[in-house]
Amino acid sequence: MPAPQRIIFSAALGLAITIAGGFSASAQIKIGAVLSVTGPASFLGDPEKKTLEIYVADINAKGGVNGNQLQLVVYDDGGDANAARTFATRLIEEDKIDAMVGGTSTGATLAMIPIFEDAQTPFISLAGAIQIIEPVRKWVFKTPHTDKMACEKIFADLKQRQLTTIGMISGTDAFGKSMRDQCVGVAKQWGIKIAHEESYGPRDSDMTPQLTNIANTAGIQAVVNPGFGQGPAIVTRNYRQLSVNLPLYESHGVASKQYIELAGAAAEGVRLPAAALLVADKLADSDPQKPVVVDYTRTYQQKSGQAVSTFGGHAYDGLMILVRAMQRAKSADKAKVRDEIEKTKGYVGTGGIVTMSPSDHMGLDLSAFRMLEIKNGDWALVPDVKS
Amino acid sequence: MAEFLQFFFSGLTVGAVYALVALGFTLIYNASDVINFAQGEFVMLGGMSTVFLAAAGMPLPLAAGAAVVVTIAVGLALHRLAIEPAGDASPVTLIMITIGASIFLRGAAEVVFDKRFHSLPPMLGAPPLQIGGAAVLPQSLVVLAGAGIVVVLLWLMIDRTLLGKAVVATAVNRLAARLVGIDTRRIVGLSFAISAAIGAVAGILVTPITLTSYDVGTLLALKGFAAAMLGGIGSALGAVVGALVLGMLEAFSAGYLSSKYKDAIAFLVILAVLLTMPQGLLGKGKVERV
Amino acid sequence: MTVSALTAHRLVGLAVIAAIVILLPAFFPSTYYTRVATLVFIFALAVVGLNLLMGFAGQVSLGHAGFVGIGGYSVAIGATHLGIPAWLCIFVGAALSGLIAFLVGRPILRLRGHYLAVATLGFGVLVAIVLTNEAAWTGGPDGMTVPRLTLLTWQVRSANAWYWIATSSFLVGALLALNLNDSPTGRALRAIHDSEVAAAVLGIDVSHQKLAIFAVSAIYASVSGSYLALFNGHITPDVSGFLSSIELVAMVVLGGMGSVTGSLIGAAVLVVLPQTLTALHEYEHMVLGLILMGFMIFLRRGIMPGLATAIAGRRL
Repeated sequence: MPAPQRIIFSAALGLAITIAGGFSASAQIKIGAVLSVTGPASFLGDPEKKTLEIYVADINAKGGVNGNQLQLVVYDDGGDANAARTFATRLIEEDKIDAMVGGTSTGATLAMIPIFEDAQTPFISLAGAIQIIEPVRKWVFKTPHTDKMACEKIFADLKQRQLTTIGMISGTDAFGKSMRDQCVGVAKQWGIKIAHEESYGPRDSDMTPQLTNIANTAGIQAVVNPGFGQGPAIVTRNYRQLSVNLPLYESHGVASKQYIELAGAAAEGVRLPAAALLVADKLADSDPQKPVVVDYTRTYQQKSGQAVSTFGGHAYDGLMILVRAMQRAKSADKAKVRDEIEKTKGYVGTGGIVTMSPSDHMGLDLSAFRMLEIKNGDWALVPDVKS
Repeated sequence: MAEFLQFFFSGLTVGAVYALVALGFTLIYNASDVINFAQGEFVMLGGMSTVFLAAAGMPLPLAAGAAVVVTIAVGLALHRLAIEPAGDASPVTLIMITIGASIFLRGAAEVVFDKRFHSLPPMLGAPPLQIGGAAVLPQSLVVLAGAGIVVVLLWLMIDRTLLGKAVVATAVNRLAARLVGIDTRRIVGLSFAISAAIGAVAGILVTPITLTSYDVGTLLALKGFAAAMLGGIGSALGAVVGALVLGMLEAFSAGYLSSKYKDAIAFLVILAVLLTMPQGLLGKGKVERV
Repeated sequence: MTVSALTAHRLVGLAVIAAIVILLPAFFPSTYYTRVATLVFIFALAVVGLNLLMGFAGQVSLGHAGFVGIGGYSVAIGATHLGIPAWLCIFVGAALSGLIAFLVGRPILRLRGHYLAVATLGFGVLVAIVLTNEAAWTGGPDGMTVPRLTLLTWQVRSANAWYWIATSSFLVGALLALNLNDSPTGRALRAIHDSEVAAAVLGIDVSHQKLAIFAVSAIYASVSGSYLALFNGHITPDVSGFLSSIELVAMVVLGGMGSVTGSLIGAAVLVVLPQTLTALHEYEHMVLGLILMGFMIFLRRGIMPGLATAIAGRRL
């Protein structure tokens, strides 16, 4: 095919694909989701996408919301905040969504917030950093625990074990950095001293130099590792390789069975704060979260073929909070739905029991985190500390 | 002293990983002047295919072998369907083609495999060896040995076999090689196939240490390319030396200087070396004909 | 053909683009399209600059996104931490980029071919690392919010306003680039591209010219980065990352090296294509890779030269 014909053909193909993609039915409630399905945050975004798809289909099968079917529009920002912002504009202007559950990373969320504030559309974010809800913005909410809470949970446990001097090794990715900053910020008020800090790139394959330096620092009684994805698995393996016999704390970013699989025997004795979702089968029957997390675990594993992940759980909570708000508001009107989201009280989710207010757009407190320890290749609940 | 040794072995481990990638770059560059940015994807394919085939029930050695075969097929396809048709395209265009190929392969891996990361069991057992106070994973030694064996085999092929001579001839002057009856197309295809095999083997050997996922290729390609250039593109020994130096730079920077800036320091040193030795550490000086 | 006729011929291309620019908004059903178009022109500005370096002077740069980042963060840091008005920061960023390009380019441009590629790659990676790690200034990996551009009393927020800013900047930048091409400097660059030794023999100060064009292309990239930051209201370090640099190179090569209109086409393809491909969901990246490879194999000199050949071929 000579050159100009090829160009016209490709342009026509591109146009056809756009039109096909934009074709949609009307009289539906449209929920938008900009997620990092690929890219450096795909470990978070992929379960989020799967969860949303599974449960939107589920809700539709049960009759939809207020008699209307839900339509989910998902865009993959690939971990790029600029792309996220373009997709957010697209969701508002082209797809005309009624609400948004998404924003895998803090960077993407912060880039998108102005769009949703301007369009006065409820936005439930799935990212961890505290600055998403502090200062409180009228239209922005979030479901995951803040990384500040994760730090506080860890510090509470450290205090209980009378360990006050720690070393910290964090990933230089957004998740690790944000949590590290929060931990440094609250360390003093918990009486914890961070004696030595190191960091690693999220894709690094060997952290023994950094861990050697931490292990050689006198007085360190425990090590905390803020990070997510494969980094912590490698840190854990290196930790045992170097025979560092101090207690190791991981972050909620590794909260998935995969971490135990990858870290192997090295993960024994590691503690981390996590949502009740991870220990669904080990919760007491009287625990109000048990039915929700057991059901979610079973459904997710069955429909996606993969082990459950807390990040998928956050997406589940976001969707359910939104849907319930819509049901209470008896409409998809953006302002009414927003008010109802803010009035969420006692919603039992995978992340905890959510009670929001005009000054709290997250609704979780420290009790939403459980301290877990890895025993015999499985999670075990550590008795709760007086925080 | 134990600390120094620990950093040394860390550098050696990471460097060996980069070495296997850099060797792949060098081989293809030698035969065809193409910098193949899809080299990282070969490593990914080797690791991921083995993981998924083993999970599907194949015994591990068989899965590894099959993974290498699959990767070789991909390498040959890349040459035949993407590089060959481009013919006399400029070097930048060829680089863009390989980058397009790496995007394609990554996208295909997303769909065929999954987006999580995986590991393989270590080949010589998990407990670390104690060498002079430093704890070394046996797998690191396997990777190093692997790199060494590949270098030796490549050297044997280039120096001792007729095929190797044909590769060198193609690299020096493609037209002249064709004139003396060498099928340069097959030679270049062969170099892609061998590079793919090296990449796949690299993937299988390093996955027990570095873990693998659908997108490990990008960073590995970047570091492997930098390592190959540092050592002097075109020299297999240079690729290994450059890679080991890069690994050492990272490890010692992380250990003694700043773990935040270890990559930056490594790149700065590479820049400094290239500025003083523009052909790389072991590169042959190029005579520019006017 | 006389020189003035050649120049007129080139300007016709620009005039056509200008006409398209003015007429295009009439076809936009919503601000989403305006936003995409604005992004195309913002990136096209950086691509024109890179084209000067790669297409005209024949030097390769795999780290150009580093300058985009410097421009973007100059605006972010200058306006947030130093209280400098945003519009002034654009110039500060441009000056900073030019200076850094001059300092870095001096040693680096002595390298050739793949060695230059790796050196520029290293530069880009270094910038990205610094931007990621110096969180006190840059906000770290999550990036930082960028205050809006305020001209006199008017706060520039809407996509429409930015559309006009981006397109007029691109046209000015393109005009400058075309002028450069027809000037003695342009001829010197083309000579250097063909053969550095021959150019030196002719009396061209090769290293000076290369350095000058490196700095100029850095300034283009910096302004583009400043616009991007101000338009988005937010900036993250991966605007300087390796993948962003590769994207810029792809835009240059796709559109046609050495072609200013090609820069616009290359930018348009790589900004619009991911938007069109979202309908393919998980096959998006596979198709993107295939399309990229396809363009490079069949239109290996780029879209513009391919089009030009086809049209010229038709006439005969």
